[in-house]
Amino acid sequence: MTHKSLLVADARTKKRNAAERRFKAYGLTAIVVAILALIMLLVSVFGTGASSFRQTYATVTVPLPEDKLDKSGVRDIDVMKKVTTIGYTKLLNEGFENVVIASGIPTELSRKDIGGMLSKEAAATIRDHILANSELVGTEATLDLLMNGRIDGYFKGRVTMESAALDSNTSPEELALAQALKDAGIVHTKFNWAFLTNPDASDQRPEAAGLGVAILGSLYMMIVVLVTSLPIAVAASIYLEEFAPKNRWTDLIEVNISNLAAVPSIVYGILGLAIFINFLELNQSSPLVGGLVLSLMTLPRIIIPARAALKSVPPSIRDAALGVGASKMQSVFHHVLPLAAPGILTGVIIGLGQALGETAPLLLIGMVAFVREYPAAYTPDAGLFGEASTALPVQVYNWTQRADPGFVERASGAIITLLIFLLVMNAVAIFLRRKFERRW
Amino acid sequence: MSILKLTASTLAIAAITTTSAMARDNVQVAGSSTVLPYASIVAELFGENFDFPTPVVESGGSSAGLKRFCEGLGDNTIDIANASRRIKDSELAACADAGVTDIIEVRIGYDGIVFASGIDGNHFEFTPADWYHALAAEVIVDGALVTNPNTTWDQVNPAFPNQPIQAFIPGTKHGTREVFEEKVILAGCEEAGALEAIAGLNGGDEKAAEGTCMAVRTDGRSVDVDGDYTETLARIEADANGIGVFGLAFYENNTDKLQVATMSGVVPTVESIAAGDYPVSRPLYFYIKAAHLDVIPGLQDFADFFVSDDVAGPDGPLAEYGLVSDPELADVQETVANATLMSAN
Repeated sequence: MTHKSLLVADARTKKRNAAERRFKAYGLTAIVVAILALIMLLVSVFGTGASSFRQTYATVTVPLPEDKLDKSGVRDIDVMKKVTTIGYTKLLNEGFENVVIASGIPTELSRKDIGGMLSKEAAATIRDHILANSELVGTEATLDLLMNGRIDGYFKGRVTMESAALDSNTSPEELALAQALKDAGIVHTKFNWAFLTNPDASDQRPEAAGLGVAILGSLYMMIVVLVTSLPIAVAASIYLEEFAPKNRWTDLIEVNISNLAAVPSIVYGILGLAIFINFLELNQSSPLVGGLVLSLMTLPRIIIPARAALKSVPPSIRDAALGVGASKMQSVFHHVLPLAAPGILTGVIIGLGQALGETAPLLLIGMVAFVREYPAAYTPDAGLFGEASTALPVQVYNWTQRADPGFVERASGAIITLLIFLLVMNAVAIFLRRKFERRW
Repeated sequence: MSILKLTASTLAIAAITTTSAMARDNVQVAGSSTVLPYASIVAELFGENFDFPTPVVESGGSSAGLKRFCEGLGDNTIDIANASRRIKDSELAACADAGVTDIIEVRIGYDGIVFASGIDGNHFEFTPADWYHALAAEVIVDGALVTNPNTTWDQVNPAFPNQPIQAFIPGTKHGTREVFEEKVILAGCEEAGALEAIAGLNGGDEKAAEGTCMAVRTDGRSVDVDGDYTETLARIEADANGIGVFGLAFYENNTDKLQVATMSGVVPTVESIAAGDYPVSRPLYFYIKAAHLDVIPGLQDFADFFVSDDVAGPDGPLAEYGLVSDPELADVQETVANATLMSAN
């Protein structure tokens, strides 16, 4: 019998080591593939979307003749409101043409074409400004006004001279004029706060579209989800974990909770439509219904980590509490729950994060809509969170369906905003876990 | 345990406030995704020029919108359904069953359906017969009905280049599909004389022959797009041979990426459709619940505003976006102003 040296690897050892190396290589490949996919996603989203946070404006002095804007002559708001944005557009065209002439830039374009370089939103901006400051009538007003989406796209590289030559909505002459105006300092690009605060805009004015309503709607829904699902989930998990007898019924409930967590979210949308809208007659498109539907979806997804957090509190804590004479309830609420709280909270935040990104159930309850009015948290008519709104993921879905290419940029911008929200929520979850987590 | 008490009382308040009052002060619209851009343009202008809140406009398709329209009356139902086709008798019956009997039909204008390919591809001059020969499931060859053998466009029409047939047409849930089948495929079938030939083969059953004409091939040469025109555009950008079916408005907003084909020698424009020269167009509608006119604030004003000359006229923002203005707009305005109900038919 020959004794082999431990220092010389035999065939079997070599084989085992080779298998280990292969496995490491597989693992590394998997991670590289995952990272590449993530990079591709981020590059494509940020590449098209980052520009939505900058926007092109023109400084325009608009004449405000009294005979056009205030027939009453006494600044009667009701009379002044009779002048529509269509009336203001004419003044705007005149004002912008004057600006171009004053700048000394030669151009062949007609007044209508020059005016068309401004956003259609500009007329609304100036009308609101005049109605709020009626003393300006008879003078002139100088405002920063949005440029139209094609001009804005030119400064962002989305529109080129070649594409403009084929484009029926702009022309190379307009782009050349815009460039000259930019060089003259009349047109400028600045950070686009309006993207985060403005409501949605129609297909004719992608440059004015913002996420204001969607962010508010998402916020309201998250409040509803938090207020409804947190107490229910905590109560359910405490009962199941600490008080419930172990029998066939509780087993059944347990299996069902796990199953519910895996139910496709669209199913909850159908449920929500049937219960909250058709039966309880809550307002469709409202964040209340959206929040309730998302709560249903989130509940099992919170109960599972909450139970795990409770389970991870060692029995010795309960025993000690009971040993010094605490009741079962006291031992749970004074000792077990506070120790499990960080784990529960993490589960809640991750559940909220999932709910924030959910679109499918909202399709069925009328939240995929064109909404321009900021929803109020409470109105006597519509009740709590009862006014129509959209939500962030829904806004992404909406914008990808629009015809104007300007909305592609907006949709990616909305994705970036949504990702930032999710990142912040997950960061908070990680922070809380790190800060309060106990290990035994 | 004050947190528990707090949440419990918040829940209670939420429950009470939501069950008591349910009034709505904005107009609620749903329906056709073709009408959606127009409706949202009008909603936006309406919100900015009137003291009423901006109407909420939902998409989802003509059929889905009309279904919700016919769910009943009340604050909890929509006020207006957009449709890219007329309401069907079966839908009217469903409406009547739910108590929605007084309906105002408003035709807002016409929408052209265009055929477009990638900007760098070949240019086409189609006739409906070309589309029939390219896309029908079965065609007449030597007097017999056979499975469509055409795989390239030059087999369809020798004037065309040798390019594989690859069409992206609207899926069956779209109102546009119906128009495409009737005004292009069926018209082409008739034009090519195939309708007669098929009727001759099946014993004179005109109806069945029409059905055979309109059956679209399913061997992958024609792809149903269930999403929106943005999806069709993405498919064409990915496949240089692709030819897609679009709404005129969508094409007008993407002229730097798409080239449009002529149909029977006519270039589709707002003017050629308004003049009736371009053959493939269809009317767009919206339907109003008359019973809601006095209940929902702003509904009458919104409807009046929608069809006003400033908005829906030939120089208005809708025409600028691609809607073909209704030559009989004055009659439509009168219908809306007088709230003239649809006559039962």
